Amino acid sequence: MKKMLAAATLALSMSTSGLAFAEPLKIGMITTLSGGGAGLGIDTRDGFMLAIKNSGNKDITVVTEDDAQKPELAVQIADKMIQSDQVDILTGIVWSNLLMAVAPSAVAQGKFYVSTNAAPAALAGANCNKLYFNAAYQNDNLHEAMGEYANRAYKKMFILAPNYPAGKDSLTGFKRYYKGELAAEVYTQVGQTDYAAEIAQMRASGADGIFVFLPGGMGIAFMKQFAQSGVNIPVMGPGFSFSQDVLPAIGDAALGAKASGQWAPDFDNEASKKFLADFQKEYNRLPSIYAVQAYDAAQLILSAAAKASVKDADAFGAELKKADIQSPRGNFKFNVNQHPIQDIYLTEVIKKDGVLTNKTVEKIFTDHGDAYAKDCKI
Amino acid sequence: MLSRENLVNLVLAAALLAVPLAANALGQPFYVTLATRIAILALAATGLNLALGLGGLVSFGHAAFFGIGGYAAGILATHGFSGDPLIFGLPGTNQMWVIWIVAVVVAGLVGLAIGAISLRTSGVYFIMITLAFAQMVYYFAVSWPAYGGEDGLSILVRNQFPGVMTMRPLSFFLICYVILLIGIGLFALIRASRFGSALQAARQNEVRVATVGIEPYRIRLTGFVISAMMTGLAGALFADLNRFVSPSMLSWHMSGELIVLIILGGTGRLFGPLAGAALYVAFEYALGGLTERWQFFLGLILLVVVLFARGGLLGLLAGKARHG
Amino acid sequence: MTVALALEQLLNGLQLGVMLFLMAAGLTLIFGVMGLINLAHGSLYMVGAFACAATAAWTGSFWIGLVASLIAAAAAGAIVELVVIRRLYDRDHLDQVLATFALILMFSEGMRWLFGSFPLYLDIPPLLQGAVPLPGGTEYPVYRLAIIAAGTLVAFGLYLLISGTRLGMRIRAGESDREMIGALGVDIRTLYTVVFALGAALAGFAGAMVGAIQSVQVGMGEPVLILAFVVIVIGGIGSIKGALLGALLVGVTDTMGRFLLPKLMALFVPPAQAGMIGGAAASMLIYIVMAVILAVKPRGLFPAAHA
Repeated sequence: MKKMLAAATLALSMSTSGLAFAEPLKIGMITTLSGGGAGLGIDTRDGFMLAIKNSGNKDITVVTEDDAQKPELAVQIADKMIQSDQVDILTGIVWSNLLMAVAPSAVAQGKFYVSTNAAPAALAGANCNKLYFNAAYQNDNLHEAMGEYANRAYKKMFILAPNYPAGKDSLTGFKRYYKGELAAEVYTQVGQTDYAAEIAQMRASGADGIFVFLPGGMGIAFMKQFAQSGVNIPVMGPGFSFSQDVLPAIGDAALGAKASGQWAPDFDNEASKKFLADFQKEYNRLPSIYAVQAYDAAQLILSAAAKASVKDADAFGAELKKADIQSPRGNFKFNVNQHPIQDIYLTEVIKKDGVLTNKTVEKIFTDHGDAYAKDCKI
Repeated sequence: MLSRENLVNLVLAAALLAVPLAANALGQPFYVTLATRIAILALAATGLNLALGLGGLVSFGHAAFFGIGGYAAGILATHGFSGDPLIFGLPGTNQMWVIWIVAVVVAGLVGLAIGAISLRTSGVYFIMITLAFAQMVYYFAVSWPAYGGEDGLSILVRNQFPGVMTMRPLSFFLICYVILLIGIGLFALIRASRFGSALQAARQNEVRVATVGIEPYRIRLTGFVISAMMTGLAGALFADLNRFVSPSMLSWHMSGELIVLIILGGTGRLFGPLAGAALYVAFEYALGGLTERWQFFLGLILLVVVLFARGGLLGLLAGKARHG
Repeated sequence: MTVALALEQLLNGLQLGVMLFLMAAGLTLIFGVMGLINLAHGSLYMVGAFACAATAAWTGSFWIGLVASLIAAAAAGAIVELVVIRRLYDRDHLDQVLATFALILMFSEGMRWLFGSFPLYLDIPPLLQGAVPLPGGTEYPVYRLAIIAAGTLVAFGLYLLISGTRLGMRIRAGESDREMIGALGVDIRTLYTVVFALGAALAGFAGAMVGAIQSVQVGMGEPVLILAFVVIVIGGIGSIKGALLGALLVGVTDTMGRFLLPKLMALFVPPAQAGMIGGAAASMLIYIVMAVILAVKPRGLFPAAHA
């Protein structure tokens, strides 16, 4: 009798809660909302919250805090979120150096980390972890794609990046696929604003193509100065150099630049069109790739939360790994190291309805993984 | 009896101990971490206070020593983990007290080099040249690929101290608290000593000091080096707290923050750095939770303090500093 | 390494130097006349750039934007002087450093509050677009030549101001003996406000001109501020002549260093590493130069007459 009652109650409660486990889930978002790099963090937060809002899921709480691009603040906030706020999942960090400060210790404390952007090689290979997922890419991917494209299209390349680990990874990734001649390999200072010296070198180099990785304000400064210099060599870069958040500031100087990316606003799959429409309606601007990555991260978490409890790390992790989502990027699945396998496209900067944006040109890589997955032993 | 200042000092020291004990009992480990951060920043600022408060040497480059201490901890710990030898075949280590000794020695040596050149200048030139040296160290750390460069260096597991479970926040806090008290004690000893008197005299009237037969340059250099060593030790502790070290510990913003801590608390006061660190961390935490624009309000509060609360917090609480 | 390349790099160094001079001149004037260390100078540079970008976007004209940047920066400078700086003259350098550091925080976040977090768009006026041919076969951007010309004009104008006008005379007198000119009946307070506003306008002008070829974003003034301090320390605080020479020295050394050091390293190590080590060395080079100069001449190349 008691057993029947218990079973009936259980059946009743399960039927009323429907498919979703009505299990509260707390997510801690640490991202850059102040200072010069805030544009990327704001896109991250907005993309993420859009997916959460669209899902209508009332059991998910997101706690957001600003790391001001300072590693020690990020560590402090992460500690607070884990110890005080009792979050289950951390996400949102834009910069690789802040990620390296937070993610290893977060997963060591048993929390999931789903990255919306930063994807250092250090966490993709031997140091991968079953609690660490990357919804964006692996840092080298977009550079590898440009290397592949340059290998087909150009013979003598001038390559340039800032002198910090992401910059060095960028040129390493480029060279992994580009096998032609290198006119020069130049490392500039992080935060450098004047590229006159480097542009003069480009002019004198005899190269037929230029690859630059200069995120944020550095890229804006470079493109403006390059456009004025009279140097006629085509410029290309990974998607970050020409992302939606910096295009308006570069202006027409960016027109014609080629880039690599997993997504562009002109994608015509259903998920992308819906995402674009929703984002523009909610925030009144075009989303950048950072928003798409965060949106997908949120979708991944939502899809896992619908089928497993975050308290059961193995089950939740298994659901996350299935990547059962409709990504605006199209194909999306996870590799053994829990980094994405996705298609990467060549894009070109155009002006549409008076607004600068990226247009898809052709596919460079299909189902591209990364160079570090083989070292991962999850 | 206890002077007003000593009373305030006692209260501050007790509060810094009480808060984390209470937080631990209440199951809120985060506030223990916050208190540890206060203690470490207070130690770093006490080091700077030696040069700045006693010696009148406004060093805008003390972040260099803070960062050097941090990197000493990070590099030794990394090598200790992986087992790869460091240089000259020496192994790394995960023992805190060894790391502290190395941090102090290296910071002292660098302090000697920087001080030897910088102290030939004075006034605003001194400020600028210390800034320049710190920038040099910063750019060096950013470009040095072996130890993470701009990405920084992770210390996966906190280093060890014999007999203590350092991973527990309260245990690590107690270690830092004791070291802070020792640092403050050292400051008090120095201030009361002949050396300290000479240092302060050199700040007040350089010519007089020289006529008495004391060479200001040597006194200042010694003070500067001791100051560098204390701040370096704080840096090593900071790296262990965050389990992470990065070039941002070397930036001029950090140097500026250290000066802010001292002024907030009261320049030259014994517990000034502690009061300043507590205020600053509390503001940052409280304001950061309230608004995205918190840096604006932090600036505003700092401005108001500088303009209207001249002696810092201790000036407000304990009145003007008494000599002797 | 051709003559054309070397010439182009030299011009680049000049342009950087001239832009640094605009910043350094204001800083050194303020310190020389008022004895005040102004860390917020980089924020005034940023104010000028933002004012120019916003006005240019609103009116469609870069030139109007440029005028707006001068007015905005000067006004910001005057307000800051009246409200904050005035109380700091009697204080020691420490308090000045902290107060102006606090101002940096307020300005940066304030700008973000007003204009948002994304960088602003500012473009070069059509008149100054494109490049002109140089002897040796290369081309050089017109706009950079314009910056060099503008900076030189400003330098000349400052020289005329300081040596030929009454204001200039008072400024020189103030640099020599602050108390005396007060005793002689010159209105010190107005003089100080004017000097501060003048320094601010110079910074704002630099910000606007440079903003057109770089990125107009929050925090853009800070790297320039540090370099400007290096310049005035090398040149001698309080000396405009020193600021000019120091700026040119820093500009040319930095540019040539970034260009030559990697090549030098390439003689010893493989190219990828040479790039990294050379880049690192180049970024430290300016500070090494400053340390060497100060070791030999502790008060800079042209120390001002008074203590």
